[in-house]
Amino acid sequence: MPDQSTNQAVHLLKYTLQLADNALILGHRLSEWCGHGPILEQDIALTNISLDHLGQARSLYQYAAEQFNNIPAEIQASFFASPLMQQVNSSVDEDDLAYLRDVSDFRNVLLAEQPNGDWACTIARSFFLDTFNFYLFTDLQHCKDETLAAIAEKSLKEATYHMRWSSEWVIRLGDGTEESHRRMQQAVDDLWMYTGELFLTSAAEQETAASGNSIAGNTIKDNWMQRVTAVIEEATLTLPESGWMQDGGKDGRHSEHLGYILAEMQFMQRAYPGMEW
Amino acid sequence: MSAITQQQVYDWLAAVTDPEVPVLTIEDLGIIRDVAIQELPESGDSEVTVTITPTYSGCPAMDAIAMNIRFALMNRGIRHVHIKNQLSPTWTTDWMTEEGKRKLKEYGIAPPQWKPADPLALFDSDEVSCPRCDSMDTELVSQFGATSCKALYRCLSCREPFEHFKCH
Repeated sequence: MPDQSTNQAVHLLKYTLQLADNALILGHRLSEWCGHGPILEQDIALTNISLDHLGQARSLYQYAAEQFNNIPAEIQASFFASPLMQQVNSSVDEDDLAYLRDVSDFRNVLLAEQPNGDWACTIARSFFLDTFNFYLFTDLQHCKDETLAAIAEKSLKEATYHMRWSSEWVIRLGDGTEESHRRMQQAVDDLWMYTGELFLTSAAEQETAASGNSIAGNTIKDNWMQRVTAVIEEATLTLPESGWMQDGGKDGRHSEHLGYILAEMQFMQRAYPGMEW
Repeated sequence: MSAITQQQVYDWLAAVTDPEVPVLTIEDLGIIRDVAIQELPESGDSEVTVTITPTYSGCPAMDAIAMNIRFALMNRGIRHVHIKNQLSPTWTTDWMTEEGKRKLKEYGIAPPQWKPADPLALFDSDEVSCPRCDSMDTELVSQFGATSCKALYRCLSCREPFEHFKCH
């Protein structure tokens, strides 16, 4: 049986991967818009935001790799299910974590991996996640874990820009034309069932939050709801009734979409292992 | 090799510029957080550790800057160079030198001016003066520009589009 400190180390690693995977997968989704934005300025905005997410993901994966390399070998051996991770076990780096893990080892929320859809759909997904990240980083910058606190402090400024950008678009579309209103409302309705997972407390969150090293999602739900409600109302939209919520991402149970994202994102490393450019 | 001083290293680093805004040195940008020198007794060499902080998490210039720091110091005969990346306290445009702001304006980029009172206010933009004609009659085109650190503006007086180095 692993001792208590090893247990804590494993939970902190899982929590770090949750954050890193959210940043990578949302960043990748937004990068898919590159060259396809509705107007040049918004194409540039999306790729800028995407770059912020990828930068945050890198800091988090570097930290996760450092943690993984410090846990006992017998725990390392069973930590990841992905066959390729078994081959590099004992010493991994940020790229291994991004490119060699398969679907079931990813811990991002399902919302992050949902397809771009139309512009309203991309905006709704970012709006829910940006608002979440803003409140998460606001609290996480004061957590006991110094590295996570520093990454959160750094990311908060960027998350603030992101939240402003997506909130303004929700209002612009919701309070725009009949067609833009209809599409924005549809996107909010379609994605709403993925928002519940943001506030579900995973085992990793529970353990790390208890020792002051993280923030459990459920503690920021009130702030999130208040801000989301205010923006939705200003946009003349309606929030769906809170009904059944989808979950599973934090435990590695994903929608079919993640497999397609990884197939494209990881192709080069799988075809040419260790390739650098 | 005779002992080197911290001031010497700072002077050498003053030649390293930001590859994306080449008029700014990394000193102007305010991203050098520390320079530490350690004498290595066996070889008599000096080991220099330069601590830098990224402007934005995803700024692609950071890797190039780290490499250029390494080259600048190796050119001065320092073989042992370490670059440390420090995230906290986070970089702010308050650390940009006055000289840097002057050079930015001359280059055609509006320097960071003042922080918005409420960073969460929607549909609100910083009041920025045109770097060419100094008019305050300007409008925001997009919060996001060609690099993470800049926003797109246009001047309504001289009609020129310009970039604003965001107050961060």
